[in-house]
Amino acid sequence: MHFAHLVRFSASLLARDFRAGELRVLAAALLVAVAAATSVAFFADRLKQTFSREAHQLLGGDLLLISEKPWPREVPGELARRGLRSATSVSFISMVRAGEAGQLARVKAVEAGYPLRGTLRIASALNRADAPTKETPNPGVVWLDERLMSALGTTVGERVQLGELTLAIGAVLTLEPERGAGFMNLAPRLLINAADLPATGLIQTGSRVSYRLYAAGDPAAVSGFERWIQPRLARGQSVETLENARPEVRVLLERAEQFLGLIAALAMVLAGIAIAFATRRFVERHLDGCAVMRCLGAAQRTLVLAYVLEFVLLGAVVFAGGCLVGWIAHQALVHWLGQLAAVALPAPTLVPALQGFLIGVVLLLGFAVPPLLQIRDVPALRVIRRESRPPRASALLTYATGMIAASVLLVWQAGDVKLGGWVIVSFSGAGLAFFAVSLLLVRAAGGLASRGGVVLRYGLASLSRRGSSSALQIASLALGLTAILLLTVTRADLIAAWRRASPPDAPNRFVFNIQPDQLAGVQEHFREHGIVPPEVYPMVRGRLVAVNGQAISGADYESERTRRLVEREFNLSWTEALPAHNQLVAGTWWGANPGAEFSVEQGIARRLGLALGDTLTYAVAGETLIGRITSVRKLQWDSMRVNFFVIASPELLSRYPASYATSLRVAPEHEAGLNELTRRFPSLTVVDVSAMLRQLQTILDQVIAAVQFVFLFALAAGLIVLYAALGATEDERRREAALLRALGARARQVRAAHRVEFLFMGLLAGALGSAAALAIGSVLAFEVFQLNLEPNYWLALLGPLVGACLVMLNARIGLRSVFSTPPSVALREAG
Amino acid sequence: MIEARGLTKRVRSGESMLTILHDVHLAVQPAEAIGVVGASGSGKTTLLSLLAGLDTPSAGSVRLDGTELFALDEDARAALRGQLIGFVFQSFQLLPALTALENVMLPLELSESPDARPMALEMLERVGLSERTHHYPKYLSGGEQQRVALARAFVTRPKVLFADEPTGSLDAATGAGVIELIFELNAHFGATLVLVTHDEPLAARCTRLVRLAGGRIAG
Repeated sequence: MHFAHLVRFSASLLARDFRAGELRVLAAALLVAVAAATSVAFFADRLKQTFSREAHQLLGGDLLLISEKPWPREVPGELARRGLRSATSVSFISMVRAGEAGQLARVKAVEAGYPLRGTLRIASALNRADAPTKETPNPGVVWLDERLMSALGTTVGERVQLGELTLAIGAVLTLEPERGAGFMNLAPRLLINAADLPATGLIQTGSRVSYRLYAAGDPAAVSGFERWIQPRLARGQSVETLENARPEVRVLLERAEQFLGLIAALAMVLAGIAIAFATRRFVERHLDGCAVMRCLGAAQRTLVLAYVLEFVLLGAVVFAGGCLVGWIAHQALVHWLGQLAAVALPAPTLVPALQGFLIGVVLLLGFAVPPLLQIRDVPALRVIRRESRPPRASALLTYATGMIAASVLLVWQAGDVKLGGWVIVSFSGAGLAFFAVSLLLVRAAGGLASRGGVVLRYGLASLSRRGSSSALQIASLALGLTAILLLTVTRADLIAAWRRASPPDAPNRFVFNIQPDQLAGVQEHFREHGIVPPEVYPMVRGRLVAVNGQAISGADYESERTRRLVEREFNLSWTEALPAHNQLVAGTWWGANPGAEFSVEQGIARRLGLALGDTLTYAVAGETLIGRITSVRKLQWDSMRVNFFVIASPELLSRYPASYATSLRVAPEHEAGLNELTRRFPSLTVVDVSAMLRQLQTILDQVIAAVQFVFLFALAAGLIVLYAALGATEDERRREAALLRALGARARQVRAAHRVEFLFMGLLAGALGSAAALAIGSVLAFEVFQLNLEPNYWLALLGPLVGACLVMLNARIGLRSVFSTPPSVALREAG
Repeated sequence: MIEARGLTKRVRSGESMLTILHDVHLAVQPAEAIGVVGASGSGKTTLLSLLAGLDTPSAGSVRLDGTELFALDEDARAALRGQLIGFVFQSFQLLPALTALENVMLPLELSESPDARPMALEMLERVGLSERTHHYPKYLSGGEQQRVALARAFVTRPKVLFADEPTGSLDAATGAGVIELIFELNAHFGATLVLVTHDEPLAARCTRLVRLAGGRIAG
């Protein structure tokens, strides 16, 4: 057959099969899969851009270049050449005076246009409501942050002395970008106009000054510039990006992507199962037709090509529809989230649509084409002798191909090999276990069939007679239910655990530089102002100089982040007990009489290649300190608590001079008390992270809303699996029901027998599904999302109940034709 | 038109081999109508499937319109069937997802005929089903389904029509109507007819009778 004619023939097959309802389940499954993938891809794409932009607000740009010396002119020139916007700031520590009072502060001189991303917020007086501003201080004007205002005891309108220059206080600076980055070294801040800088006379040769150059613009141009600048960076110059500046935002984004990816991947695997079922049924219903066409002169190749092409054409139409549904769905979500985020999302790109299309193709090739190839083996003789069926064993090959396709998809969609791997192992393990248990119980049910009334007997016998086919059906139903339960109950638990990891009442202030002699006074101050005194941690600065006796330097490590980690000083701490928000993942915590021991955070241990038993040598206050790693801890970086990469045993570190640090939640009514703290103890550094925290919460809310939304697709896919799995035996049931009714059975009796069968299937599938959802949820939470999930034992009861209800309801809808078709028609159809 | 020489078909039955058809020689002339009769299990349907190239023999050969059938591979035999042969089966074998018209159009579409629709409509009119063209098989009576099958068989103007128990699923009156139609169409198109049946009076309407017993031609 010529190709053009073949296409026309396939198109007419498609139209006829679609009209006859042969392709509905298949099309629905494909549509849901593509719509899920596309909406997630569209949404993730735009959200990612937004998240990055939001997070970049904290950098003040998309990229931040920091140097100890002014940036050579070629650098801003290169930025301009690439069409990127740029702005500069100069920042240094200096003494600021107001009358008699003086305070060390970080001065930042900015030019108009700063910041490129994010906004400055100012208030007209202390403790007044603030508002965003697009302005920067005019020449001769200074903006002071709340702590500096409090420490100097000054107000807006008064004057401060900065070097040789006197400046008028124009506003209280409540928020500025970069505040989060590197906050460990933060002093109170003030902002002046760059034009005033020379007049202060503070920049002299040898001054410790940070020259910052901000860049923003097209992401591709930013990446291109980053690639250009990296090899040109000299000593004392560095590039800050979201990647290396904000661990807590990175953790949140990664987790968000994992969540979204996981749900979309689940939707796709479920859709895959439904597609396999629907195609199997399609093939079974078309075998006779194919044999007829063989009789009428169709070549094997023509038939296979015609049907594959029919599926490809169906795919093209459904994928386009799926992409459209995905796009509309994500628009609805964007519209709804717009009120929450108040951020204009960047325009969507075409890439997600292509991604959805590609996923549809993989699903079709993986799950639909293998069973379709059975058509190749249909002998023409089947028209005369029905028993000459094609080999059926290819089912295993079908599922193997489908599994491989699903695995590739899962890993790709989840964007994480570990997450994808866990889901694959869990789902295939669960699938096999479901099949084995179902087969065992279905056969046992056959034994019970001899007892009981006719309804029970027929119901159980019919289940047991179908043996492995029933077991396969139950296993698929259980997989669908696993996903549904995992996505409803476990998802809610996971999200709750996630919220617990970054709760809205997380600490919003960090206090550093508390000297030992101030400890009691600071605690007392908290109590006096109604603030519960938080736990404080000693901090000792030290540099890692050797591992296992081998001297190390940044040059020994490939990654830039690791090099930086090694070259800078660590904040070490010591405690007797494991901090409550830390989790031990290896080794043991030191006992009552510890030796020279270290406990390291698992991320840094991995980065530096450290293991239990390794010896670390630190240089602290001119002395050498040697200890052995006896435990590894996991930290929640988004918990907003004081965290340490390395904690030493008291034995090892307590004799060194330390300052103390803490984090605490300050309610609005206690703000004044905290301001007074900095006045009472001027050397303290109090860092306000509430803006950052608010931002984290906003992002978290957005992501959770997105997760809930995408979940609807997965739920739809789960329901289609149930429908498709039950539909697989519809023809057989219709024939049997017709025969029974022809033999005198009342419709009520046949229906009751079906109910017995479906009740058994639903209860069993629900029980299996809830056990798997519990297990998979716990594994995912602990191993992948690093969250502590409380097992929800209600699932054990809920699963069978939901299973029975869904299967019965599905059967009622899906098998309507079993009872609505007159016995004569059903028997005639059966041939 | 058809020449079978030494046709033998053996199949495995458990441990032993069962001979269904034993050294059958048969020649059918163009436009001849032969009735193949015999008891159940006598090998009638096996003979038909071998003569039509639907199955392969254990020994022997079939020459159809000058072409050695089993020298061709299965696809080439299918192409030859498409050109030369029409079929009518006991169980009608209509495609359930296709309407009556589409079922009749199918062989023409497979042979890339540009006039599939008008030709199929004409054939349906000829078998008295012009009012039922858009009905699906499940909404047609047995007799109507068999008439659609007849229209499908004759729409390609075949040189040979193989009919396997064409009235086996029909009541006597309907069956008689269908038989009338088969002979009428066969006469009109001048096709060679090979009719397999256990109905002796029906077979007697053919120009020649071939009786099978135990896989051999008995007379």
